[in-house]
Amino acid sequence: MGKWSRRAFITAGIAAGGIVVFGVAIRRGDLSPKIAALVADEGDSLFDVWLKIAPDNTITAIIPHAEMGQGVHTALAMMLADELDADWSTMRFIEAPAVGQYANYTLGRGFVMGDADIPGWLVDSVDGFFHTITRAMKLQVTGGSMSVRMTGQIAMRVTGAATRAVLLEAAARQWQVETRELAVRDGRVRHAASGRSATFAELAPAAAELPLPDRPSLKRSDQFRIMGTSPPRWDIPPKVDGSAGFGIDVRLPGMKHAAVMAAPVFGDRVLSVDPSSVQDMPGVRKVVDLGDAVAVVANGYWQARQALNRLDVRFGGSGNENREQGDIFRQFANALDAADSLQTDHESGDADAVLAAADEVVDAEYRVPYLAHATMEPMNCTAWVRDGYCELWTGSQNPLDFAHAAAEALGLETSQVTVHNQYLGGGFGRRAFHDVAVQAARIAGEVPYPVKLLWSREEDTRHDHYRQASVSRFRAALDADGMPRAWHNVYVNKYDPEEAPHIPYAIADQRIAYVESETPVPWGYWRSVDHSLHAFFTESFIDELAHAAGRDPYEYRRELLAGQPRMLAVLDLAAEKAGWGDGLDDNEGRGIAIHRSFGTIVAQVVDVAIFDGKAHCKRVVCAVDPGFAVHRDGLAAQMESGIVYGLTAALYGEISIRRGGVAQSNFHDYRMLRIDEAPDIETHIIDGGGRLGGAGEPGTPPIAPAFANAVFDATGVRIRELPVIHHDLGAAGREAKDVA
Amino acid sequence: MITLSINGEGRTLDVDPTTPLLWVLRDYAGLTGTKFGCGIAQCGACTVLIDGTPTRSCVLPAAAAAGRAVTTIEGLNRGRPGLHPLQQAWIDEQVPQCGYCQSGQIMAAAALLNGNPEPDDRAIDVAMSGIICRCGTYTRIRRGIKRAALAIRAEGANEAEDGATGPPGGGTDDG
Repeated sequence: MGKWSRRAFITAGIAAGGIVVFGVAIRRGDLSPKIAALVADEGDSLFDVWLKIAPDNTITAIIPHAEMGQGVHTALAMMLADELDADWSTMRFIEAPAVGQYANYTLGRGFVMGDADIPGWLVDSVDGFFHTITRAMKLQVTGGSMSVRMTGQIAMRVTGAATRAVLLEAAARQWQVETRELAVRDGRVRHAASGRSATFAELAPAAAELPLPDRPSLKRSDQFRIMGTSPPRWDIPPKVDGSAGFGIDVRLPGMKHAAVMAAPVFGDRVLSVDPSSVQDMPGVRKVVDLGDAVAVVANGYWQARQALNRLDVRFGGSGNENREQGDIFRQFANALDAADSLQTDHESGDADAVLAAADEVVDAEYRVPYLAHATMEPMNCTAWVRDGYCELWTGSQNPLDFAHAAAEALGLETSQVTVHNQYLGGGFGRRAFHDVAVQAARIAGEVPYPVKLLWSREEDTRHDHYRQASVSRFRAALDADGMPRAWHNVYVNKYDPEEAPHIPYAIADQRIAYVESETPVPWGYWRSVDHSLHAFFTESFIDELAHAAGRDPYEYRRELLAGQPRMLAVLDLAAEKAGWGDGLDDNEGRGIAIHRSFGTIVAQVVDVAIFDGKAHCKRVVCAVDPGFAVHRDGLAAQMESGIVYGLTAALYGEISIRRGGVAQSNFHDYRMLRIDEAPDIETHIIDGGGRLGGAGEPGTPPIAPAFANAVFDATGVRIRELPVIHHDLGAAGREAKDVA
Repeated sequence: MITLSINGEGRTLDVDPTTPLLWVLRDYAGLTGTKFGCGIAQCGACTVLIDGTPTRSCVLPAAAAAGRAVTTIEGLNRGRPGLHPLQQAWIDEQVPQCGYCQSGQIMAAAALLNGNPEPDDRAIDVAMSGIICRCGTYTRIRRGIKRAALAIRAEGANEAEDGATGPPGGGTDDG
């Protein structure tokens, strides 16, 4: 970790007078020549590490995040341009290099090293973020719905505002006037009294010589001119003509291709491999033993693939080869039964005492399976190792970590590894894991030419980092009015974020606890992480309580959210737009759910229809309050995306363990939602004020419970185990069945 | 060695003719707009047009495409200025997210509009359900197809008035 000695660039502060502003503290000379060389061209003026102004008046935002369809480049540049009062048509972006100055850690550390007072509207972001960065410091992550919340707020807006201030200062000095006499609009500084004006480019060289102010004022939301609109996303044109460069599309002179197979059983190693079994096959160049995997390098990918299929290799040694999914769920049940090993997650009042004294107790057990990410672009990385230097081309949600990991694998310094990040053909958390980059670097380290390593879909499905399987048990005490007085929830395995199992409802006596129960199945961040399962558990169970009380599930939630106006507003908007009380056909049902994650509140109302014993999701009405929607259409697109992603998992998603490995292999047995099954989706946005929330993840958590609650409404079958496809919702479906 | 007609151009490539067309396009012809997703004709990311018919190139031996017109995303609007109406509609509706499946989506949509200039939702479902989008852009794909269909019909009407030739056809007219 000695690589992190540099002083943070940015600090935060609060100005006197109670106006929320930020400070940028830059020590001149701290901008290393390396950074300038990486991001700036001759004649550019660089402001902090986030912004450069070129002589042709183009303004470039330097963005430390990967584009995986969430529109991050456009949204972050909007935040910078708005504070700068730039002309949007002159804005450009480049993706920041994978060097320490662009690490999230540097951003986060700025808060700690600067004034201790953090503006209230950023406290959640910073706390949540710091929770992560104290555990890992080599992050340049695109994930956690953090880009707008963290980089946008801290780097883009503050740098935009600070740069605007020095541009004004430069104009004032040049024209011998006061800065307060100047106005800025659309990339031009004007002095009304003298009629003088200058473009940013004309002022930038002089402005770059001035110290950036410690405490530039940020705009109020009613002053935004660019934020809150929907400019066309920059990444879309190259995605309609095949020209967008994904990791898989990289082509280098002399490049060869590699196919890889890891041990099918988790934890197994290569026992033996016989390269002679494939060495005479066309195009084959080399067989590489990676210890827990084998790779074949060939002139073409298809040749490598064919040879790998024929390679004589044996794996073993883990002792996991008899593990089955049923064993894992039994292990979880046993762990929950051993109550003395429970760790408290949240506790208020005395839930056990209230339950013991209650007249009516409702209990239920829920279960969810492992899930794979199934990005459309299978894992891949191109590596070139030469002269003590390694270059990687890949789509990464954490390029700095990839560089560290490849360096470690090759015995190099991180400074000897360069990551050329490409468009990501889906991320969803999967591309935060560096396994493929380490494999590629190690294979490339054995050959004198660049190698593109590409996983098959089968490899991608069987060697993911999986959303955890889990079991969650509930008990609730209802009073004479049917309202919950105690909430008791125990579940298996806690990852992140901390608050995922917490409920927003006014229930005084609560106990939420968990038990750790290890399995050999690798875990990974999966869109919305722990929220993806806990929203299903808690929003299904609250629905059960409403029905047990004989109450309308929407009205029941309303009553329990009475003290939370923002949650209530989102819930009401979804119900109103969906026509909550409107009639349905006999084979139809309607369900509702609400969940807050990553600072954003989302409620969804789902209409289902039952045909042939199966549930079809017809329509989703989504209401969302992210505080403020920076890119409105982008937020709507992320809601649509999060809904389809979550609905796919709710309906079909299941990774199961068979003989110590993953039973599923490709889209025929790990099924995806297709266009003929996709619901109509409408999204309604509330700018509720306060802290900015995320966009990429919060759309996912509510859809599974809203869907399952709609299935209950239609059939009387309570879905306590996902995926829904396993449940027969036919004629017998009106009889609620025990699936626990 | 194999000779193929790709986007109206004859290409002779030094590759085993049993290699799936996908890898011939990507690794030998340098046309990387066509994507690999599953290798078993389940996801449609590799969809190209062969004599105008949408085809999963990941399971088609290249030899089977010999003597037929192969059209990829790079050749969709060949011989015409600007963007194909589907590509413009995809921008106007802000369809793509990660974008990885969109070449396959657009090629399948082009084949649909060639045969059905005014597709309804059912026709869109039938034509497009072979192509998976993990970003869930389906509602926008539906809007994009309808928007492009309108544009093509309008263009066709204008060109008919001007005495020009027919509407853009998704590049199915090679020889």
